[in-house]
Amino acid sequence: MALLEVKDLKVRVEEREILHGLTLTVNEGEVHAIMGPNGSGKSTLSHVIAGKPGYEVTDGQILFKGEDLLEMDPDERAAKGVFLAFQYPVEIPGVATMTFLRTALNAQRKARGESEYSTPDFLKKVREVSKSLNIPQDMLKRGVNVGFSGGEKKRNEVLQMALFEPSLCILDEMDSGLDIDALRIAADGVNALRSPGRAMVVITHYQRLLNYIVPDFVHVMSRGRVVKSGAKDLALELEASGYTQFEDA
Amino acid sequence: MNVAVAKTGNGRAVSDLFASAEGRLPGSPAVIAARREAFEAYERLGLPHRRIEEWKYTDLRALVGEVLPLAASPDAAALKRAADAVKAHAIDGARKLVLVDGVFAADLSDVKALAAEAGFKTLRETLEKDASLLKTASTDAVIALNAAMATDGVILSIADGAQPSAPIQIIHIATAASASAFTRSQVAIGKGVRATIVESFVATGAEAYQVNDAVIVSIGDDADVAHIRLMDDAPDAVNVTSHFVTVGANVKLNFFNMTTGAAVSRLQGFITFSGEGSELSANGVNLLQKTEHGDTTLVVDHAVPNCVSREVFRAVIDDRAHSVFQGRIIVRPDAQKTDGKMMTRALLLSDEAEADNKPELEIFADDVSCGHGATAGALDDSLLFYLKARGLPEKQAQALLIQAFVGEAIEQIADDGLREHVIGIAERWLERRS
Ligand SMILES: Nc1ncnc2c1ncn2[C@@H]1O[C@H](COP(=O)(O)OP(=O)(O)O)[C@@H](O)[C@H]1O
Ligand SMILES: [Mg+2]
Repeated sequence: MALLEVKDLKVRVEEREILHGLTLTVNEGEVHAIMGPNGSGKSTLSHVIAGKPGYEVTDGQILFKGEDLLEMDPDERAAKGVFLAFQYPVEIPGVATMTFLRTALNAQRKARGESEYSTPDFLKKVREVSKSLNIPQDMLKRGVNVGFSGGEKKRNEVLQMALFEPSLCILDEMDSGLDIDALRIAADGVNALRSPGRAMVVITHYQRLLNYIVPDFVHVMSRGRVVKSGAKDLALELEASGYTQFEDA
Repeated sequence: MNVAVAKTGNGRAVSDLFASAEGRLPGSPAVIAARREAFEAYERLGLPHRRIEEWKYTDLRALVGEVLPLAASPDAAALKRAADAVKAHAIDGARKLVLVDGVFAADLSDVKALAAEAGFKTLRETLEKDASLLKTASTDAVIALNAAMATDGVILSIADGAQPSAPIQIIHIATAASASAFTRSQVAIGKGVRATIVESFVATGAEAYQVNDAVIVSIGDDADVAHIRLMDDAPDAVNVTSHFVTVGANVKLNFFNMTTGAAVSRLQGFITFSGEGSELSANGVNLLQKTEHGDTTLVVDHAVPNCVSREVFRAVIDDRAHSVFQGRIIVRPDAQKTDGKMMTRALLLSDEAEADNKPELEIFADDVSCGHGATAGALDDSLLFYLKARGLPEKQAQALLIQAFVGEAIEQIADDGLREHVIGIAERWLERRS
């Protein structure tokens, strides 16, 4: 069984159709890249998978481990193993990052019927992961993403990914706004999480990110559809030829 | 005994109120005469209503209707239940002064331990000789009613330079149904004192009852005072409390009010700077649900130059509840270099929740820095979604954001232990909600 199956998905936002029948299948252990010009619907797809309100699915379905994802609340999806690293992570003043991480992790574990993490185990785990991502401890005491630089926000997303151990990671424009050093740290963090039981969908506008996170498959999105799929070399072709050939499709 | 009855609109019922209570009200003949005068003043006015500007948003005639008869003195069974409530609500290590249904309960209080650190008497004792405690400058009807009916209260005095080793906690406990408790207390804080005063209002059951409390506070020069009020009266109760606070020179006063109970409540604070160089931090949180009505009204009077006042209020309003914040800052003509700011925010958790905010700056001096700000709105959907996408169920995501919201006021509490205590109250309110 595929981990994620998006079948002929049609989505509207404010009466306007954005996704016009999108199909995508992701198996465990695979890394898929979704490339496409701005406005092609990449973020829309990631939001619909995560369960963001405001999107109307008019046709098609999304199955996750064989279950109907669209029937689940966002928190249920998270507990089942769906994780979206946001293109623009929000700032949450007054909620300390550490409190947030612990509350979220334990909420997911509770939903799965697992016991809550003990304080020492939790702290040990956070310390390990944050160290590998170059996240200073005092950053974890601040409000979630409050006053974080672009790079810090993205690293905070990867930190959560590492803590929550999801089976599907969707990374929306992880490279946007990052310089090359910040990108390398974040990408190393992501690569460390690659495993046979976990799949990743890496959404990006630029081929550059795929030098660091090397995909097994590349899909090109244009105007709300996947218009071409191939192996990782497709990304290089795109880099050379650009998206214009697909724009007219 | 003959009672002079003023024949006003709803005079009949309230006259009974005084006549039936009079035999049980403590005080010398002069005190009783002063009470009768106060009651007549109350009767002329009746309960405050919306056409009285100060009570525009809290129409007690509409919300409360009638004043319930004076509560009976607590019997042994009531005191036993009160003892359990004391255990549940006492602040760790605090010296407790307990009033049950408006009557001081010596057996539940720490009078001996307190004696070494503060002077203490009951209002009842004081009124045997002295009627002056029943007088305040106010012409407010609820305060006149309080003067007429007050059965008891704590009269505290903390000598110059004293630093009581523990907080002093005044605990008001209601055990009676369909009855009113009227209390009046005085806290006289000497020069250079460092002290913490906590007031708690709780009930032993879910009865409908009414509380009318007045507290007169004077703070000597150079004192550093924390004053925390925690009002968690029963869901059908009414609590109307008036504070009169006079602040000396170079004082630091850290005030906080937490409203988590009562069907109808109003805290009206009148704080006057009488000495220069003082700093007031007055803050509060209203957590309201169902059809609760919670009003915080604060009048800060900068009567002298060079004082700072800061007010941070947060209201969380669910269901059809209604929160009111009225903040007036008065800057008298020679109160130059006054620095007065207030910031109020209301979080509306339902479409039917209501928030009223009335800031007023009355500035008669020219070299001052004063301002106010207010917002009202719902929880931010994008923050809620982020938390839900990380596995938090809706109510838990809301709770985390609400805690952050009220935290902006709670963090103004200077004392670590009391701050944690108040955070705990907010957490339990949120747990009850989910
Ligand atoms: N909330 C919204 N309201 C209206 N239009 C939207 C909204 N979100 C996205 N769109 C539109 O949907 C299209 C796809 O957007 P998006 O999914 O963000 O593309 P991408 O991530 O590929 O740049 C764009 O035309 C965009 O303007
Ligand atoms: Mg996008």
